[in-house]
Amino acid sequence: MSDEKKFRWVGTRPIRPDGVDKVTGRAQYGADFALPDMLWGRVLRSPHAHARILSIETGAAAALEGVHAVMTGQDLPDLFAEKAAAAGGHDDSNNLAHNVMARDKALYHGHAVAAVAATSREIAERALELIDVEYEVLPHVLDIPAALAPGAPLVHPDRVAQGIENSGPSNIAKRLQIGHGDPEEGFAEADEIIEREFSTRPVHQGYIEPHACLAQTTQDGRVTLWSSSQGHFMVRDYTAKLLDIDLSLVRVIPAEIGGGFGGKTTVYLEPIAVSLSRKSGRSVKMVMSREEVFRASGPTLGTRIKIKVGVTREGVLTAGEATLHYEGGAFGGSSVGAGCMTIFAPYAFPHVRSTGYDIMVNKPKGAAYRAPGAPMAAFALETVMDELAQRLEIDPVDFRLRNAAKEGTLASFGPRYRRIGCVETLEAVRDHPHYSAPLGPNQGRGVALGFWFNAGLQSSAGVNLNPDGTVTVLSGNPDIGGSRASLAIMTAEELGIEYEHVDVMVADTHAVGYTDVTGGSRVTFATGMAIIEAVRDVMGQLCQRAAAVWEVDAERVSWHEGEARLDGGFEPAPLGLAELAKNAGKTGGPISARAALTARGVGMGFGAHICDVEVDPETGRIDVIRYTAVQDAGRAIHPSYVEGQMQGGAVQGIGWALNEEYVFDDEGRVQNPGFLDYRIPVASDVPMIDTVIVEVPNPAHPYGVRGVGEVPIVPPIPAVVNAVHAATGIRFCDLPLSPARVLARLDEARSPGSA
Amino acid sequence: MARVILPQALADRFGGEVQLEIEGGNVRALLAALDARYPGIGQELEGRVAVAIDGEIHNDPLLEPVEEQSEVHFLPRLAGG
Repeated sequence: MSDEKKFRWVGTRPIRPDGVDKVTGRAQYGADFALPDMLWGRVLRSPHAHARILSIETGAAAALEGVHAVMTGQDLPDLFAEKAAAAGGHDDSNNLAHNVMARDKALYHGHAVAAVAATSREIAERALELIDVEYEVLPHVLDIPAALAPGAPLVHPDRVAQGIENSGPSNIAKRLQIGHGDPEEGFAEADEIIEREFSTRPVHQGYIEPHACLAQTTQDGRVTLWSSSQGHFMVRDYTAKLLDIDLSLVRVIPAEIGGGFGGKTTVYLEPIAVSLSRKSGRSVKMVMSREEVFRASGPTLGTRIKIKVGVTREGVLTAGEATLHYEGGAFGGSSVGAGCMTIFAPYAFPHVRSTGYDIMVNKPKGAAYRAPGAPMAAFALETVMDELAQRLEIDPVDFRLRNAAKEGTLASFGPRYRRIGCVETLEAVRDHPHYSAPLGPNQGRGVALGFWFNAGLQSSAGVNLNPDGTVTVLSGNPDIGGSRASLAIMTAEELGIEYEHVDVMVADTHAVGYTDVTGGSRVTFATGMAIIEAVRDVMGQLCQRAAAVWEVDAERVSWHEGEARLDGGFEPAPLGLAELAKNAGKTGGPISARAALTARGVGMGFGAHICDVEVDPETGRIDVIRYTAVQDAGRAIHPSYVEGQMQGGAVQGIGWALNEEYVFDDEGRVQNPGFLDYRIPVASDVPMIDTVIVEVPNPAHPYGVRGVGEVPIVPPIPAVVNAVHAATGIRFCDLPLSPARVLARLDEARSPGSA
Repeated sequence: MARVILPQALADRFGGEVQLEIEGGNVRALLAALDARYPGIGQELEGRVAVAIDGEIHNDPLLEPVEEQSEVHFLPRLAGG
């Protein structure tokens, strides 16, 4: 590795720029903003899973002292209904608008049907009780079998499935199919074939901070929003679109964000807050309760996957076939496309086919959740891979290595892979001491592999050189996982200056160019590229200024280690950043640069996890006792935050596997909308998550960065389930592995009649 | 000529060929050439799908260059979390 470039800052672990504010409580989140004339907005939500709204009487609420505005769906423009009707009921904007507030039908328990703004939260809540909604309760469908049953109630009687020719109205929003080769031919070549069915339950992203915003409007039509989200440009664009406002009139100021995991890539409150503000002439603040977060903000919903995999007795995969049904909630739009694309992605399959169905049910509109669609798909494939390895008596990591995707492999989703680190990641698992450590009684070990695409998309950045030689960087991405630190590191590395001399600001929609959401594991990769481009522009300007001082051609000046040098030497004495910055006014004016780009060259990511569990045979309780997450990061700019992503993804996946699920009653009402009854893992529930960062640099990024935020939630479910199988001999195909479910299977296995 | 691989479901509706040799300096030209061969397929693809050119996925690909030896796949669009 002698040709490896040596970095000063990349790969180090300095304190994050926003760290002090966050640990001292000074950082301002969505609910922390206030204005002197502020009202409180609250939302009335449907008590039914499916009901026609016959009438809404708001007079009594409006008459309550302290109430300044009342609104219903009729107060929002129905801009997209015609387009949706022309498209057979499918129009994303129409779905978004009708999810923000119901018009003619409430489609799930918790669907917004009206809202009020009042001088206090308490008055607003009292006013909600005075709103009289007359409903005609309709039969509902809550899960995939019910939605697909003949004669099932239709969530949208006017909608026909995309991707199915000549189909009538149904609860199928979309069908798609991908793959290559001929699976039947592949299965004919197989010595072993395993076919299984898997199911997962709806789970919430579980961000700690609830959705919150503050809206201010003026008589000349301007809107200012303070909002916690994964993308303030997304908030601006969606709000303006739903309310038919020019984008230039809407300014969104990003709050800090207390977790999103994909769930804050859409809007719920902002269009309502703006509407209430316009009606009342006052600013309006809205904060969801935890119950509202569970009932009305996007979970990722239930899935059913049927999978079949064939292999030769030498352990070479011959074919894979899967049918995936994903609930998309009341409007469709599930992540089944990504499920189809990722399910066979980690391996070289000569013949492969995935067929996906996006299913509408009377549940909240599903939202993205970290590698959307991939964890459920990995649960199916990686459990079957484990079973195949066992049947062939091959070590499960060796089995995966024999079939692992590499550069040039035809991916199951279509193209050939560029440089990827799937093999290196598996080798790191095989060589890790955890993999061969001894286990005790009732303990078992599982491994699983996971894949995610990562994303590029659009990013903008600004870099301002201050007169004292410090640097201010403007980013358009909310900082969720430590991106201020990684962006500051790359800036300092490029410029050759101290990390502490760089400050990164998350700038509002009027201060920096358009930037896509903080999602798709893209910020350090894509916004990092924009910042590097802007910084290199600044370096060019610095060289020109030095050339002007020395009265030489600019081509003779280059930038090294924080200073401009003539012909790369030390005569005349190099000019440092601080000196050039101080004299910028005399050499041409302030030095700054902007860059905006669609990031190309995304580096796809792989992670493999090792999980040890202990299963209590008396209670069915599962304890994760040791866990190691291995992942190819391409290059870890700030290893602590890469490790943090790996640990967080692993813990979320463990929760998904063992505990988490929405519980609905027969009427379609959510029975556990709170963290007491919807149990996410806390620190005391899990061991220290050990991490190993593999670095197979992405050749398309200046520092080799791949995205890291989503991959680590893909392997945990099958890693846990495979470990439970190793401990108990029982294969679980339905989540979660709650103690009651595990105990029932243990009892069944122990019963005298069992095999 | 670039090698274009269509999704099976789409190929079934438009002529049945999964792999085609198509001339096109960029994705827009390639879609126009495809549409000339199978009327309606361009509209079906444009703006609705992502395109992978030599292994790199583009969500808004119309002006992305397509080289003579490129391999082009059409994929469902993705959302990240």
